[in-house]
Amino acid sequence: MTGMTAPLRTWRGRVAVGLLVMLALLPWYSPWLDAAGIISQRFALTVMTRVVILAIAASSLNLILGYGGMVSFGHAVYIGIGGYTVGILTYHGIGSGFVQFPLAILLSALLALAIGALSLRTRGVYFIMITLAFAQLLYYVAVGLEAYGADDGLTIGRRSDFAGLIPIRGPNKFVAFYLLSFVVLLLVLGLVHRLVNSRFGMALRGTKSNDARMQALGFPTFRYRIVAFAIAGALCGLAGALLANHTEFISPAMMHWTRSGDLIVMVVLGGMGSLLGPVYGAVAFLLLEEFLPAALAMVLTWLHAGLTAVLGAAAAGDLDAWLKMAEYWQIALGTILILVVLYARGGIDGLFGRSRHG
Amino acid sequence: MTLLIEQLLNGIQLGLLMFLLAAGLTLVFGIMDLVNLAHGSLYMFGAYFCASFSAWTGSFVVGALLALPAALLLGVLVEVVVVRKLYRRDHLDHVLATFGLILIANDLVRLVWGPDGRRIPLPAWLSQPIRLTPDLPYPAYRFAVILVGAAVALLLYWLVGRTRTGMWIRAGASNRTMIGALGVNVEALFTLVFGLGAVLAALAGLMAAPIVTVSIGMGDNILILAFVIIVIGGIGSIKGAFIAAMVVGMIDTVGRAFLPDLLKSFLSVAAANTAAPAISSMMIYLLMAGVLVWRPTGLFGARS
Amino acid sequence: MKRRAFASAALLGMLAAPAWGQQSIKIGFISTFSGPQAAIGQDMRRSVELAVEHLGGKMAGKPIEVIFEDDQFKPEVGKQKSEKLVQQDKVNFVGGYIWSNVLLASLKTVTDEGDTILISSNAGPSRIAGDLCNPNFFSTSWQNDQTPSAMGQYVQDKGIKKVYLVSANYAAGKDMLSGFKHTFKGEIVGEDLTKWPDQLDFSAELSKIRAAKPDAVFVFFPGAHGVQFLSQYAQTGLKGTIPLYTAFVIDALSLPQLKDLALGVPGAQSWVNDLPNEQNKRFVADFKKKYGTYPSFYGAQSYDTIMLIASAVEGVKGNIGDMVKLRAELTKANFKSVRGDFKFNNNHFPIQNFYIQETVKDAEGKFTLKTVGVAMKDAKDAYGDKCRMK
Repeated sequence: MTGMTAPLRTWRGRVAVGLLVMLALLPWYSPWLDAAGIISQRFALTVMTRVVILAIAASSLNLILGYGGMVSFGHAVYIGIGGYTVGILTYHGIGSGFVQFPLAILLSALLALAIGALSLRTRGVYFIMITLAFAQLLYYVAVGLEAYGADDGLTIGRRSDFAGLIPIRGPNKFVAFYLLSFVVLLLVLGLVHRLVNSRFGMALRGTKSNDARMQALGFPTFRYRIVAFAIAGALCGLAGALLANHTEFISPAMMHWTRSGDLIVMVVLGGMGSLLGPVYGAVAFLLLEEFLPAALAMVLTWLHAGLTAVLGAAAAGDLDAWLKMAEYWQIALGTILILVVLYARGGIDGLFGRSRHG
Repeated sequence: MTLLIEQLLNGIQLGLLMFLLAAGLTLVFGIMDLVNLAHGSLYMFGAYFCASFSAWTGSFVVGALLALPAALLLGVLVEVVVVRKLYRRDHLDHVLATFGLILIANDLVRLVWGPDGRRIPLPAWLSQPIRLTPDLPYPAYRFAVILVGAAVALLLYWLVGRTRTGMWIRAGASNRTMIGALGVNVEALFTLVFGLGAVLAALAGLMAAPIVTVSIGMGDNILILAFVIIVIGGIGSIKGAFIAAMVVGMIDTVGRAFLPDLLKSFLSVAAANTAAPAISSMMIYLLMAGVLVWRPTGLFGARS
Repeated sequence: MKRRAFASAALLGMLAAPAWGQQSIKIGFISTFSGPQAAIGQDMRRSVELAVEHLGGKMAGKPIEVIFEDDQFKPEVGKQKSEKLVQQDKVNFVGGYIWSNVLLASLKTVTDEGDTILISSNAGPSRIAGDLCNPNFFSTSWQNDQTPSAMGQYVQDKGIKKVYLVSANYAAGKDMLSGFKHTFKGEIVGEDLTKWPDQLDFSAELSKIRAAKPDAVFVFFPGAHGVQFLSQYAQTGLKGTIPLYTAFVIDALSLPQLKDLALGVPGAQSWVNDLPNEQNKRFVADFKKKYGTYPSFYGAQSYDTIMLIASAVEGVKGNIGDMVKLRAELTKANFKSVRGDFKFNNNHFPIQNFYIQETVKDAEGKFTLKTVGVAMKDAKDAYGDKCRMK
């Protein structure tokens, strides 16, 4: 236990604290951004709520992937379970968040326990694929749920009701819900931090590097790993319950394997086995997806303007033709991912200095 | 009875098509320990190359023959520029980097070929059904798929199991430093294997193209299926990939062919019609989960 | 002034020009611009741009600004893009939407905003025609059941007795089959729903069709899947043996790939490129001149979306803040549709004719579609009663 100022002694810590402060204060400075014409307050909150919720999901994956070496390729299934719990209960008139959220967490934990029990005997790519298999099975179950919209999904009439403590309609609902999601993120990060620095976490990290040795030392490694797996599932289910509230809509697409892939990308991009890595990953990946086309369009416009100034309008050509190139923004995204893998080992977190565990 | 035989042929054909795709993947994975998500993109490029070359030459067969060396070049290029730097990294780095390659490949195809798909017209002798018995016509092209698939299976068996190159490849798979010490150029060997994988992917893509038509992202969904197959078979095992592909092809076809009628015997027609496609989608995943619970390294994978 | 604002560059505040930001009519347009279905999005975008050009870039004297967004064929992405359009770009209208699930996911986001109108240019799920109908929602396409119903009627009128049905296993795919069964009263000898969207091979279904010996086959597959099915149908030797009837398989997008495979295969549609009204002649001729291909029905419906908006904006003399009047003007459908004039049902879906089309070669040897008959006149969708909106 070090003092409150300890994180500020390294660049890595300063960046982490800086990001969290930026996220925490968003509702207060977003009106300025709005006034400056940069981004509307509502949209900033909408985008960042989604970022924060997926950061929770990515952090839960980081617990098993980053610290435990368990690459689950079906982690989005718990987002689906959490989301469907909220959606289905609301559909049947049970709107209380005090019922919905605990149930979402419980069901996700139980499912993770079952999947873990069957999957954890396998290693490496076999583990990746068996977790994918179970996620796909549940995905197809959701597709078959005719009563809840099947693959068209289900619109959620109203958000979870926390006995009026959190406004669920009206102009304040966006700010309130953003702050709720952010507080949940902080709690999840706190929990992950406590876990990985406890005896349990040491053992879990031990199983990642050398399972046989941990067993020889007398640790019941299977039990450690399955408990971590279930906790990760539960936290991800919580993210799912939040996400359903945020989008007011659930559909099987929430648990499609590409969503699980996105979560892995966020964790690896941000930095595996680092507490804030998944948060960096979620922020970077989702903001790139959202704003890269616009950023490219902007750069192309500048280039075009520059070329026009230097060589004249004839040589620069039509701006529309230039802007059309921005449609191929996925080439830029793909290139960024490859460059991160090749030249920024340890992900984004690795850029800010060496990891000290946890 | 005729229907049963026909459906069995359909299953074999689908299985061999998937084997073509899975063979390259399991080869690259087993030997270089590389998770290559971009394998599906190479499959797509094979199909687009073939579409362009056959439109240019006016012949599907010539187009296909030209597409294979083009795919080899592309494979070697990708290996030298990106993939080569990944061998010493862990699987997750492979996943992230090759996911980046998928994004690039899909947009590149859209840039070059446009968003419209392509249909590759077959020559007349391939586009008609052959009559096996008077009341059992079977599409000639699907026979061609069966023949090519079987030929490639035998060729790979011979190449990996019976030749000197195959011996190096197997040695490289088990001990990289050792065969380096024996004077084999490991770097060139790996480039060769990746190129071979690309050719196999392209072959699968162009063989599938006249059936499934050519479109952007055509390799993305089928890639998961290919991974399912190599994992069921056991990574690195060509024999395993072959058996798993046949089983998956057969289960998929038989499921679609007979499951709805089977379900109708105890469910309502509407319920059976909805449940059947869902269950038949689930079946291969159930199979994979079952195999892995029973044998954690697949049917023919190396035991740890 | 027409301004291409792909993925709003305004977002970073660099391109935002307040000069036109205030008075322009802002229209968001959501479609699929990437992946295997991008060809549909391209056709819709071209038609929207042509409509803006035909309007001289202005509605009621105000400049038109269209912002295109890509839903990537995923409901949650479509919803997020809809959020961006209403919350960030503060558009007055959102048009487009190819897919039912994307539309359903985005519906509340747009219609709950209060001062934004949603106009579907293609998707028409039954729930939005029924219990989810909304005063801020309009359609310039059809309700999903209608087109297959028209085909069912046509097959029924032909005196065909035994039919085999094949469709894709997702919500719209099921709507298609139930729509067909509404009007076709003969025997259904078999029915297959195939995996969606990743089934690549139809051999098992085709073998079953042959064994069932139906008089005709009815099939629904949009986009690339339709091309896939038809080529396999021909390779199996079924084409020419068992007649095929379709909904949304053969259109101006699939024809350049299908070519002669499409000959002799009828389809149903509420718009065909040769409908003899003036607006349509102008649309098709200018589209061909500008892009070198025929427009598809997706494009025609998108063109109508812009024209419907224009009629309402003109009707309120550019005062689009008055939502009550704006809605009243939209409800009149007071514009020259390329499918001929139509009225809105109480749920804001068009009451319109459905035609039977067949493939022919035009004077230049290009494959195109030709109207061969009217399957249904002034057809109303079946869900108006479930809509509580007056």
